[in-house]
Amino acid sequence: MPEDFLMGAFAQPAEEAAFAFRACLEAMARPGRVQTISGAIPPAPLSVASGTLLLTLANASTPIYLAPSHDTAAIRDWIAFHCGAPIVPAERATFALGTWEALHPVSRFDIGTSDYPDRSATLIVEMDALSEPNARLTGPGIETLHEARLPEIAAFRENRARFPLGFDCIFTSDTSVSALPRSTYVTAL
Amino acid sequence: MTEHAYNFAYLDEATKQMIRRAILKGLAIPGYQVPFASREMPMPYGWGTGGVQVTAACLTPSDTLKVIDQGADDATNAVSIRKFFERTARVATTTATAEASVIQTRHRIPEERLSEGQILVYQVPIPEPLRFLEPRESETRRMHALEEYGLMHVKLYEDIARHGEIATSYAYPVKVEERYVMDPSPIPKFDNPKLSGMAAIQLFGAGREQRIYALPPYTEVVSLDFEDHPFEPMKADHDCDLCGAGESYLDELITDDAGGRMFVCSDTDFCAARRAGGHRGRLVPEGDAA
Amino acid sequence: MYVATKGGERAIDAAHDWLAEERRGDPAVPELTIAQIREQMRLAVNRVMAEGSLYDPDLAALAIKQARGDLIEAIFLVRAYRTTLPRFGSSHPVETCDMAITRRISATFKDVPGGQVLGPTFDYTHRLLDFKLMADGEAPTAARKPADPEPAPHILALLDRDGLMEPLAHDGATPRDLTREPLELPADRPLRLQALTRGDEGFLLSLAYSTQRGYGRTHAFVGELRIGTCAVEMEIPELGFAVEIGEIELTECETVNQFTGSKTEPPQFTRGYGLVMGQSERKAISMSLVERALRWEELGEENTGAPAQDTEFVLYHSDNIQATGFLEHIKLPHYVDFQSELELIRKLRRAVAPERLEAAE
Repeated sequence: MPEDFLMGAFAQPAEEAAFAFRACLEAMARPGRVQTISGAIPPAPLSVASGTLLLTLANASTPIYLAPSHDTAAIRDWIAFHCGAPIVPAERATFALGTWEALHPVSRFDIGTSDYPDRSATLIVEMDALSEPNARLTGPGIETLHEARLPEIAAFRENRARFPLGFDCIFTSDTSVSALPRSTYVTAL
Repeated sequence: MTEHAYNFAYLDEATKQMIRRAILKGLAIPGYQVPFASREMPMPYGWGTGGVQVTAACLTPSDTLKVIDQGADDATNAVSIRKFFERTARVATTTATAEASVIQTRHRIPEERLSEGQILVYQVPIPEPLRFLEPRESETRRMHALEEYGLMHVKLYEDIARHGEIATSYAYPVKVEERYVMDPSPIPKFDNPKLSGMAAIQLFGAGREQRIYALPPYTEVVSLDFEDHPFEPMKADHDCDLCGAGESYLDELITDDAGGRMFVCSDTDFCAARRAGGHRGRLVPEGDAA
Repeated sequence: MYVATKGGERAIDAAHDWLAEERRGDPAVPELTIAQIREQMRLAVNRVMAEGSLYDPDLAALAIKQARGDLIEAIFLVRAYRTTLPRFGSSHPVETCDMAITRRISATFKDVPGGQVLGPTFDYTHRLLDFKLMADGEAPTAARKPADPEPAPHILALLDRDGLMEPLAHDGATPRDLTREPLELPADRPLRLQALTRGDEGFLLSLAYSTQRGYGRTHAFVGELRIGTCAVEMEIPELGFAVEIGEIELTECETVNQFTGSKTEPPQFTRGYGLVMGQSERKAISMSLVERALRWEELGEENTGAPAQDTEFVLYHSDNIQATGFLEHIKLPHYVDFQSELELIRKLRRAVAPERLEAAE
């Protein structure tokens, strides 16, 4: 019986990563709209969606921060084996992973520089559900307005105010993902 | 070595991951040029390597790909790139704009309105809109950081002073969401209005210059202009001689050495579809199905 | 009736067939073998390896054959192949002081420990066409002597002992990798050296020459030029120690440059460095001169506005694969943009008074 951390990767890496990325691309391009991704079977409490995202985007060149909610030996081993990404403190992370509460304070994360605003963190936020909207989104990627579920409002308004600096968020729950890039304007519903 | 010796869509997975991350950051910062470690592709720099890498990073096995150059599906470089993906990604291809899920283009935006679920990938030679005013990357990067676009306005205004209007007819600079000035790639300025509010995702790849940038759907894109000299799209003042279209961008063909000319749609799929629908232009005789 | 540049797939296929035929030339003439190219066109093979950034004489020879002798095309083939190769790891830095030397000269000392070795050089050949080669290429056997057991230390290291050379700064950090990260400015010395070693020989030659003629003059002497083979060693994690995985031929050039000192540095000699795969002497010397010129800033020298002092200019234009691709892409159809220009010119001319147009004609 192989070790658990050896399991749970894509059966067909190139093809499954391609499908997962497309869902992710749609999510980032259309803030708040929920997409479905799957393929990874990561150790709990990592969701299928978060695991799939990591397999699709993370590798040795993308340091990951694991918030306390997700900093387990099983998850560390799984990421080390399948992505090869180093685990680092929040300030140095390309990807940060955890529940919204565990990721706090989010002001720690890299928001890029005015020369290179792209050198900023992407937060993968594990949610109970992506339904029951509590926020109204407008901005690039949204034709008029879109209603979505966010873990809070204030932090994203602050994040928008720093544009083009800022972090970007991908929300995950089970096999669902949605995203909130720094460019989106957020108001409470 | 057979095609199967290469990975799906040619690039190795680590390279695709790197490009995918760049695309996501590009979408999050519309109009900002994300540096990426462009790879050497089996086609020359300047011939679409940036577009090809972006397309390769986006394609899934269930995509239908269309490739156009100058609006035409049968231009040699379009044929060559389409063949490359047929071989390395084994995706379905089409010339019909509406049937394509991914469209790679050089120098044109299709006439037909694109829809959600479609991705338009532009090949970009020089991604930096300020490059012709300031050759140094270190300088232009600073200008973007400080939102210092005065030089561009000065250049456009000098055009007006000298010629009575802005003397830029393609690769006409735009401002994205009131922040970044962006090069829309060398599309004719006729196509500029289509950039704004497009339902499809627009991705721009510059291989040699190692930059990726993006416009999410429904992004506000404004062609730079002045109140007293508003931006004006431009095309040949004719109808298509094959399909009769009056609103499409036209190629001008010289038909003899006595000044004979004809004008035809640059978008070959658009033109063919119109002719199939019974539309006829000046040079297609009545009853001829063209 | 509507063909223009459109010919599509059939035209491409036909062009490729024609190209293959032209590549072969007259079938009555025996076909070149890869081994023949590798052995007898060795300097061409070296250039393709150096600028292709891939040490494989057979593949370089194949590329030259396929490219019909067009070396930039051959370099392109090698680069495109190289980029698909998986990376197993990194070697240790090669120790050029342990090089098995085939050529070693110093312009700064009459004699040096380890001796001057002329080696296989064109230097003192009279450039007279050797018509004998038209008939047969049989070469006389060169005289041989046993390998010199005496070590051949770097000549600049000898000056270094007297404190006359600038100290080498080395912080042990892993340099950025030009082939895996986008080029970013300011570029530090390791990044500049990476770009130059794969840069176009002709471009570097001209730039180096321009420094000699006063555009960013560096007063260079060839402290040492050495050519030979070096062992490449790699750490194997499973073994826990480094093993030799092969050897490569290298050309190394170190220049000694006059430097009168600055606010922070005492008068001393500085160095320019060139290291190139294969026997690529002209390239290595050119590289060391250009490299030295680019160091003006860190040495506190004056920027005279010379092209060879302009890091951004040099690094962005030294790669011949980027350059040739972009240069040649203007062959591709641009008629959509040209049409837009036509309309603009017509419109501008309509706005001009008719007498002015007549006067101009």
